[in-house]
Amino acid sequence: MNILETKNLDKHFGGVAAIDQLSISIEKGKITGIVGPNGSGKTTLVNVLSGFFPMSGGVVIFNGVELQKISAPEVASYGVTRTFQEVRLFNQMPVLDNILIALTERNVVGALFKKHNALHLARAEELLRKVNLWEKRHEMAGNLSYGQRKLLEIARALAMNAEIYLFDEPFAGLFPEMTKIVVAVLKELRAEGKTSVLIEHNMDLVRELSDHVIVMDGGELLAEGKPHEVLAEKKVIEAYLGE
Amino acid sequence: MAYLIHLAILISIYAILGLSLNLVVGYTGLLSGAQAAFYGLGAYVTALLLVNSGWNFFLAMLVGILATGFIAVLVGLVLSKFDGDYYALASLGFGVILYSVFLNWQNVTNGPLGIPGIPRPNFFGFTFADNFSFLLLALVFVAIVYFVSRFIVRSSFGRILKAIREDEKAIQIFGYKTIYYKLTIFVAGAMMAAVAGSLYAAYITYIDPSTFVVNESIFIVAIIILGGLASLRGSLIGAVFLVLLPEFLRFVGFPDEVAAQMRQAMYGLLLVLLMLYRPQGLVGEYKL
Repeated sequence: MNILETKNLDKHFGGVAAIDQLSISIEKGKITGIVGPNGSGKTTLVNVLSGFFPMSGGVVIFNGVELQKISAPEVASYGVTRTFQEVRLFNQMPVLDNILIALTERNVVGALFKKHNALHLARAEELLRKVNLWEKRHEMAGNLSYGQRKLLEIARALAMNAEIYLFDEPFAGLFPEMTKIVVAVLKELRAEGKTSVLIEHNMDLVRELSDHVIVMDGGELLAEGKPHEVLAEKKVIEAYLGE
Repeated sequence: MAYLIHLAILISIYAILGLSLNLVVGYTGLLSGAQAAFYGLGAYVTALLLVNSGWNFFLAMLVGILATGFIAVLVGLVLSKFDGDYYALASLGFGVILYSVFLNWQNVTNGPLGIPGIPRPNFFGFTFADNFSFLLLALVFVAIVYFVSRFIVRSSFGRILKAIREDEKAIQIFGYKTIYYKLTIFVAGAMMAAVAGSLYAAYITYIDPSTFVVNESIFIVAIIILGGLASLRGSLIGAVFLVLLPEFLRFVGFPDEVAAQMRQAMYGLLLVLLMLYRPQGLVGEYKL
């Protein structure tokens, strides 16, 4: 069953087509790897799916709901969340607050009269322990190392308890121990029946984790299928390495 | 002593203005240049109701706060289309527009001649006629504004404001419609500035448009940057510092013929040095 689809999706920047008539399907409860050379439109796709960029044409279907326009604040209501290629934390706020912001009240009036409760704190502790950051909970997020910031962003996404996670290069710049944590997170999400879209350049990790791989090139779908088969295709290798 | 009480009243008024603007600039990251206009709006509405209609000060102040809040909703809705430098510029534009209204709507505001004869507040027969009693009244309002601000910044709402300041687009991913938060705090800040305006009008007993110029907005911004952005204590300390600094410079002993200019130059130099060596302000936690 597909939880996310795009049909003839376009994203143009002026005359440049960053995404060109892209039609893909993401299966529920699986990890779908999206690979492709730099500039192939992977991050643009995530930005469109998360409402960061308006789409130029086509439709996106979340859980059967067809959308021709996506705004960032509405994405959460479709059960979608994301991380960023360049980490975007609330740097001058403590680590704990970065998590609590994803757990607490969204309503303006409600937010005035509530801070957070024991359940929110317990969930935040669970998530921060998962990424080994509980001891750093009172530090400003901007003071963490790059890898720790990446992990915090992943923990913040997990706090959303979403159905679809869009991970944009979550392993970039991580030490091996940190990589293991993120691998465990992705496998755990799959075990819970959650859907992950994984944009990644490390092909070993893509092979290890992905149930399905989509290859993009020049904003178009180049190939898709089982990781071992797709990544061995001549046109995919050529797209990465050149003719 | 009368001089010290006068300074303390001015500090109280600027402390309220600092608190009000720190919610908008320090906590939310919206560099607003319209605060003096809301200060003026509160002052004018209160003054007009006191002088023309003989209302009680506290009722007039309440209407001034509500009227300012209403105008702030309209201004805030337009400003919500902007961010960053454009927000600052557009808010300054609104400041200029409101100043022009104070200056040119002569039938109502009496234009550049201003409104004289504003009575001092009266509370169940007790008139705050002497400056010491007025100082106590001003301090009560400082305390109210401070605790309301503290309530806001310590709630989830306050945490959301900080997140908007840090990365508005990123927080939207978590389902926050940031426009409502930005508008709410902008209006709350404007209403607090109106409190300061009402107090100013009743204290000086005369207002004219020259008090509510764009320079005044810049002065309030200086209070919160020097005191400390995203710090309520910083707003209070900034007000004390910036009101007292020029007064201290009176006693430096510059030659009479250049005293005024030297004081201005010293004042500017001290601000530059502070920003060089203490960019987060005297007690601030946040750097622009």
